Amino acid sequence: MDLLNAIILLLNYIFIPALTYGSQLALGAIFVTLIYGILRFANFATGDMMSFGTMITILFTWYFQSIGISLGVLPTALLAIPFAILFMIFYMLCIDKFVFRYYRANKSPPVQLAMVSIGVMFVTQAIVRIIIGPSDRRFFDGEKFIIKAGEFKEMTGLNEGLAIKSTQVLTIFVTILLVSILFWFLNKTKTGKSMKAYSDNEDLALLSGIDPKKIVMITWIIAGILATIGGALYGLDKSFKPFTYFNNMLPIFAAAIVGGIGNPFGAFLGGYVIAFSEIFLTYAYKKFFMYILPKSMEPESLVQLLSTDYKFAVSFSILVIVLLYRPSGIFKGKVL
Amino acid sequence: MRKNLNVIAAYSIMMVLIFLVGIFQSWNIALSIFNMCLISAVMTMGANIQWGYAGLINFGIMGYTALGGLAAVLISVNPIQEAWQAGGFNILTSLCLIILMVLVIKFILKKFHKSKLRTYGIASIIVTGIIIIRITAEPGIEAIEAVNPAKTGFLGGFGLPIIFSWIVGAFFAGGLAFIVGKVALGLRADYLAIATLLISEIVISIIKHEDWLTRGVKNVIGLKRPAPYEVDLQTTDWFISLVEKFNSGKLALISNMADRQATLNQLVIEGSSVFVKLCYSGLFLGVVIVLLILTQKALYSPWGRMMRAIRDNEEAANAMGKNVVKQHLLIFILGSAIVGIAGAMLVTQDGLFTPGSYRPMRYTFLIWVMVIVGGSGNNFGAILGGFVVWFLWIEAAPIGLYLVNLTTAGLDDSHFLKVHLIESVPYFRFLMMGLGLLLIMRYRPKGILPEKIEIK
Repeated sequence: MDLLNAIILLLNYIFIPALTYGSQLALGAIFVTLIYGILRFANFATGDMMSFGTMITILFTWYFQSIGISLGVLPTALLAIPFAILFMIFYMLCIDKFVFRYYRANKSPPVQLAMVSIGVMFVTQAIVRIIIGPSDRRFFDGEKFIIKAGEFKEMTGLNEGLAIKSTQVLTIFVTILLVSILFWFLNKTKTGKSMKAYSDNEDLALLSGIDPKKIVMITWIIAGILATIGGALYGLDKSFKPFTYFNNMLPIFAAAIVGGIGNPFGAFLGGYVIAFSEIFLTYAYKKFFMYILPKSMEPESLVQLLSTDYKFAVSFSILVIVLLYRPSGIFKGKVL
Repeated sequence: MRKNLNVIAAYSIMMVLIFLVGIFQSWNIALSIFNMCLISAVMTMGANIQWGYAGLINFGIMGYTALGGLAAVLISVNPIQEAWQAGGFNILTSLCLIILMVLVIKFILKKFHKSKLRTYGIASIIVTGIIIIRITAEPGIEAIEAVNPAKTGFLGGFGLPIIFSWIVGAFFAGGLAFIVGKVALGLRADYLAIATLLISEIVISIIKHEDWLTRGVKNVIGLKRPAPYEVDLQTTDWFISLVEKFNSGKLALISNMADRQATLNQLVIEGSSVFVKLCYSGLFLGVVIVLLILTQKALYSPWGRMMRAIRDNEEAANAMGKNVVKQHLLIFILGSAIVGIAGAMLVTQDGLFTPGSYRPMRYTFLIWVMVIVGGSGNNFGAILGGFVVWFLWIEAAPIGLYLVNLTTAGLDDSHFLKVHLIESVPYFRFLMMGLGLLLIMRYRPKGILPEKIEIK
């Protein structure tokens, strides 16, 4: 019984939150990795592009709510996401046309493109803050919990409750669906394969008749979809605040590099590596040990490896260690 | 003279702009903008040494700035005896343990050949070391933080004049840069950018959460000053007579004795804060000029030529027998040390240390905008970048407000669009910075004052 309680405790406080957070990071990390693999630069505007997509989702959600459309138990935002994606793709293509294309045509070094992406970051951040403001926004509606902690306790008679939020299930489900479609697209369709070829060797790809314009356009379209959905899911699960999204860029980068930058599958797993290690290392295991150890051995301290203040620092330290020992990432990078 | 015309013109325009602020807004605002411009200029010089001379990307400027600030606290605050008695011993023991750990690891690295066993051995030493250090430090940290937590709750510093911290800050930042450089400099440019950005975040989170050392988010206020206090100035005779002399024309017009005294008091209060700011300006200007002379000398020395050679073609420089790795590390340390000086100057000017205010947007990306806009590789350009960008950063809100009022002139004052736009005026600065950066990168990729190398 105590063992079961301990497992439920870990599920509730570590496993499910980490899986959700990891999924959100994974979507962002695939976004970073795709841009890096095909357009060949580190996109510092990642976080702000995600916040832009989320902002549009929120605006559509408000619009739908105001005219009385809702999805019942599901959040209205789900209905708004497709429209937001269209907007986002348009925005991405505009940025590419007016900003990035010039440098691509000139074959500028990646560093210069990264600097340009900082300019895009400033502008996007300004637009988001001017339109929706810097404050915290919650746009979740519908049923909040699938299982409440109290109900679970009653149902099973255990001491520990298991609360599953609907946003958590939604996040995991949508991520798996989206990532499977993406991998199917990259591995099985002709366009996907040509993207891989382009990422692998640009000159050879051009020689075999692949149209670079099309590849770049499709990359931005996929990036737009990933940024909007990733951002909206994060916003639904936690809340939307431009500053948090900017900060999320850092663990997303960490996930992409840990997984091997340029490798979408690596980025996907990298998201979970970062999320799990952040939560594993900063969780206080006192209660867990109280369940599994006999009474005489109960720990007195919190049994916490690192204080939660160092949550971000954990993922960055992992990144530094990975960079030192395996600079190409855990899963070899640069093979899209 | 002809050659430097654009430099002189650019700087004169900048000075005129600051004077205009002084005339139309107030001299206080103008001087605080000027001081911050000088501090920004020091930061951009540091970043410019790394990026312009050697082509190293350092996105960790925020971390070095914060370390410089920490130096200001640790140097100038008086030591807190009770805290030292409560937990000083534990902290010192932990410090010795850390040094011991590093020495043991160095010893192992030197004595044993690279193998899996060595890697695991070092990893286990680090893990056990951290656990032992935490166990030793924990009671000490708790005791220190319990000493008068509302006012102190930290160890304090050395109680020296704060000016020393400018040098110590440079050493702190240089030390961190040494470690970071050893770890990260082998990486490719964009990896290096990300790695330094993340390492600076780690530094900030340590400064924010190690309350026993830095007071963390509780901030340290009321630091010592290298300049006189306004309150003291207002009661000093020579200062009052100085203000009287400066404004004698204005005062002579007022015939009523009481009115005259009131005006004088008002002038003295205003003048005292201007005077203090002028003191800071003098100090900062001194630092900027010294650094400028040193960096210019370095740029045109054989060493500077070697750095440019390494930047432009690493392999060729390597083939010519230059130690690229060593030079990269050296320049990384030098640039970061200069940023550290700026960090200490910033805290000196503010008189307070607020770890929560260190954000990458303001302390890393903005500095990079300054370097790119000003002209990388050219010290005068970098300094100008610091001036222009900081000036715009501050004046963006008034300009934005003006533009909003101009474009929405037809709308009613209570129209929701106008109200919304006026509320979001502070964010126009991001828009201006971003657009400025994009335009400069597109149409003048070498910056306002491009790099110009003369061979004499």
